[in-house]
This record gives sequence, C-alpha cells and structure tokens, in this order.
Amino acid sequence: MSTDDLIETFRAQLRDDPDVASAVAAIRALLGFLRQDRGETIQGLRSSLRDAIDTLSRVDSSVAVNSGGELFLRFISLTSLEYSDYSKCKEIMIERGEIFLRKVSLSRNKIAKLCHPFIRDGARILTHAYSRVVLRVLEAAVESKKRFSVYVTESQPDQAGQVFINLQKMAKALRKLNIPVTVILDAAVGYIMEKVDLVLVGAEGVVESGGIINKIGTNQIAVCAKAQNKPFYVVAESFKFVRLFPLNQQDVPDKFKYKADTLKTSQNLTEEHPWIDYTSPSLITLLFTDLGVLTPSAVSDELIKLYL
Amino acid sequence: MLFVTVPSPQAKEKLQATIDNYLREKIVLAAEAISKSAFEKINDNDVILVYGCSSLVNRTLCDAHTQTDRTFRVIVVDSRPRLEGRETLRRLVRHGIHCTYVMINAISYVLPEVSKVLLGAHALLANGSVMSRVGTSQIALVSKAYNVPVLVCCETYKFCERVQTDSFVSNELDDPDDLIVQRKGQAQLGGWAENNSLRLLNLVYDVTPPDLVDLVITDLGMIPCTSVPVVLRVKNVDQQ
Repeated sequence: MSTDDLIETFRAQLRDDPDVASAVAAIRALLGFLRQDRGETIQGLRSSLRDAIDTLSRVDSSVAVNSGGELFLRFISLTSLEYSDYSKCKEIMIERGEIFLRKVSLSRNKIAKLCHPFIRDGARILTHAYSRVVLRVLEAAVESKKRFSVYVTESQPDQAGQVFINLQKMAKALRKLNIPVTVILDAAVGYIMEKVDLVLVGAEGVVESGGIINKIGTNQIAVCAKAQNKPFYVVAESFKFVRLFPLNQQDVPDKFKYKADTLKTSQNLTEEHPWIDYTSPSLITLLFTDLGVLTPSAVSDELIKLYL
Repeated sequence: MLFVTVPSPQAKEKLQATIDNYLREKIVLAAEAISKSAFEKINDNDVILVYGCSSLVNRTLCDAHTQTDRTFRVIVVDSRPRLEGRETLRRLVRHGIHCTYVMINAISYVLPEVSKVLLGAHALLANGSVMSRVGTSQIALVSKAYNVPVLVCCETYKFCERVQTDSFVSNELDDPDDLIVQRKGQAQLGGWAENNSLRLLNLVYDVTPPDLVDLVITDLGMIPCTSVPVVLRVKNVDQQ
C-alpha cells in the first residue's frame, strides 16, 4: 500500500465517522496497511509500519496518533512469534491488531461508566474545548437521570473563523442532549471558577509524569482550579499514554505543539502560536481511563506495564 | 539460580559469569544508557546546576559536550567539609565545559538563572525519597521554590526496599574534627571536645522527599519518583 493510499484511507475514516478519535482512525488505517503489506520478513514489516506511523503523524500531528500507533505496533509484536512460516506470523499479528482495535473502540464507554458517578445531581461543570470523551461522559450522566449544567470555554485559537466552529461544536452537541450550556471567554475562567463544582477535560496525550497535553488554555484552568480547591478531572483513553516526560512547557517537542501543515510550511516556528500546552500532575486530581481511575502517580506504573 | 546438585567448580564458574554479567549490565552499561537519556534533556543555552561529585552526572555532561553540539554551561555547587565539587570542577574544565563554582550558601543567588538541576544519588528508597550527599535536599528545596526542575540520575541497582521519612534515621557520622577550620593560624572550633555544652555533627547523607524531585533518569528510562516501587516489583519478578 503506498503512502498516498494510506493517507487517503486515514482521511476517509475521519470523514465517514466524525465521532471517531483520530488515533482510532489511524489504527484502522494501519491495520489495513498491515493486511495489504507485501513484505516477506517481520523486520521489514515492523519498519514499514514505523514508516506508516510517521506518515500519519505528518498528516495529523496530534500526540494521540503517535502514541496510538506506537502502542498498536507494540501490542501486535508482543506475541511469541515462533512460527517459521511468515504468513502464519502475519495472520497472528493481524488477529492481534483486530483485538487491539476492538478494545480501543470500547474504551470510551468504559470511561463514561467510571466517570459519570462523580457527577452529582445539580453539579456545575466546567470544560474546555471540544472533547468527544467528555461528551460521552456527559451523555452517560444524562442517561442516569442527573441534572447538571455546563460551562464551556470558547477555547480560542488565533483564527477567528475557527472559533465560531469550535464553540458551536461543543455547545451544539450539549444542547442536543438538553443540557443547559453557557459559553464563556477563556479569560473568564478565573471569574467563573468559584461557581463551578468540578472541572472535566479531555486530553490529547497523557505523559509519564501523569501530566497531560491538551488544547492550549488547559494549564490555566488547572492552575485556577487548584487555587480555588476545585477537583480537576481528566478523561483519556489508554492509547493516549505516551513515553514523553516534559519538565516544563518548553520541553514539549515542537512536532506536537503545532499543526502538521504549520510544521511543513512555516519558516520560523517561534512566530507561530502553539495549539497545546502541558499541565503538570500536581494540578490534576484524578484521571479516568479504560484502565481504571488513576491518580497521576499511577500513570507511570501503567505506562511501565504497557510499554515493558 | 544454582542448584545444590551442581558440582563445585562448575558452580563457581557459573557464579563468576553471573557476577560479571551483572557488573557489565547493571553498572557499566547502565551508566552509558543513563548518560544517553540524560543528555536528551540538555538543551541549547542551558544553565545546569550540579552538586558535589557524581560520576554519572559528570559522565552525562562530558558526553553531552563531546557528542552533541549544544552549548551549555554548568554551575558547580560545593560544600564543606568534603569539598567534592572541586573534583567535578576539575573534570569538567578539563573537558572544556564552561563552569562556575559557588558554595552552597550562594544557591539562592544563582538559581534564578539556572534552567535545570542535575543530581546524583546514593540510593533511592521505596517511597521515592532520594538519599544522597548531605546538602542535596537543601538544593532540591530551594530549586522548588524557584520553579527549577530537579533531575536525579540513578542506576536501578541503587533502588532499595527501605523506607525513611527523615534524614536522621540510619545516617552516617563522619569525623567531627573535619569541621574544624584553620583561619589565620587559629582553629576556631579547636577545643570543642573540652566544652561540655558543644557537640559537632558531621552528617554524610540526607534524604530528599519525592515531591521535590521532578524526574529520575534510570537505565529503565525516565520515571517519576513515585514509580520506584514499581521498578522494584518488576526487578523482583525478573529475578525469580
């Protein structure tokens, strides 16, 4: 399968199912790539899968695509591939790939089940940007007959046009569920924090220290929440766990900070606005993942189990 | 594991081989692995603070200087009575690294310009505390106050299953006479033994709590301080 076909499959997945996480679409594309691979050796297969993951990261530079691809590769090669017959090995790898995909598709529902009991009746929730996992959690809370209201930040990037689309997405989706929504300015987070009972955000990536990488503005919200003693909850699937360990904002690699197109075309990255920021684990109360409810310090334990 | 039925000379050979292997993997190669991951954290135009003399830290800095083209400078902090920082200074300057030398009293003065602190450790305790040369916890504390990230380099063989919550329990006492200093021909504390109400305390180690340390670099990768028990668990499973 050529790189263009791979990119086209990936894009098609995102188009056909707008609700799917970009990492899941990437994994589906990689599984298709694996099926059609014409190589004859395991090493060759692994290196072409690595190249495929790189290609996809260049299309969509989010942390999740990178980590999801890496975990997919590790999961399928973790079996004892002792068969001397290459095609048998490949069959096993494809089978494992499908198991991984199935597990990953169920993760959002698992998280929703774990998280919705933390939303009490009459709660006021603050959330940031558009997160499909948070949406699923709030849906689950509505299904269990809870009444609550939500504040959503505008989550401004710099292009004003995008703002409108972004703000419409989350607010629209919530209104469809009949949840009372208020859209607030990013600058109004400090003002609204005293009214809020809990903060619930998604994550683009979860790093080794237990901190998260998410849409820019998340760090500010976390700092305000800590200052006013409000719980700060993060919901993220386990394929977003990545083996990065940023010490501060500067330490996050540039390839995640900016969109893929910007990275390709921009002359001077210091003039571009970053799209993500890093929230340190000391500001996070709990992380809800399909591996269970974790404290930030437990994330490293889970990562060691996943990657070793 | 050696069985009792294995004859003596063979058992000896096997034991020797295992020891050599352990030495090579866990000590020599581990140092290389740690130095490689640690110098990824060193960026261009960094100002790195180091304390005392740690072979791992020295090796990391020297490797980073020779193997990458990043420019950085080092501030070596030293303290009495051991003055181990002088050895670090000697080694780094010989490699051509730009160094500054200060005593530990001056750390609040230099910390605003430091980008990260790199420390060695004598042991990592099961609750994530770092046991290191006396003065280390002071540096970690002041660095936290200035928001400077603290990185500890430590091989996995130094992880131990003991837990200590303060620095007095099972510490070592060094010769109190080392604290006596000669100034202008007069030893200020010279007659301390005769004075009933005076005692000199020369501690060797201290314990840094895990919330002051941002990152531990080991041969298994970069982990937060709180993951030490997980590594110990994995190690125990390996050995069985």
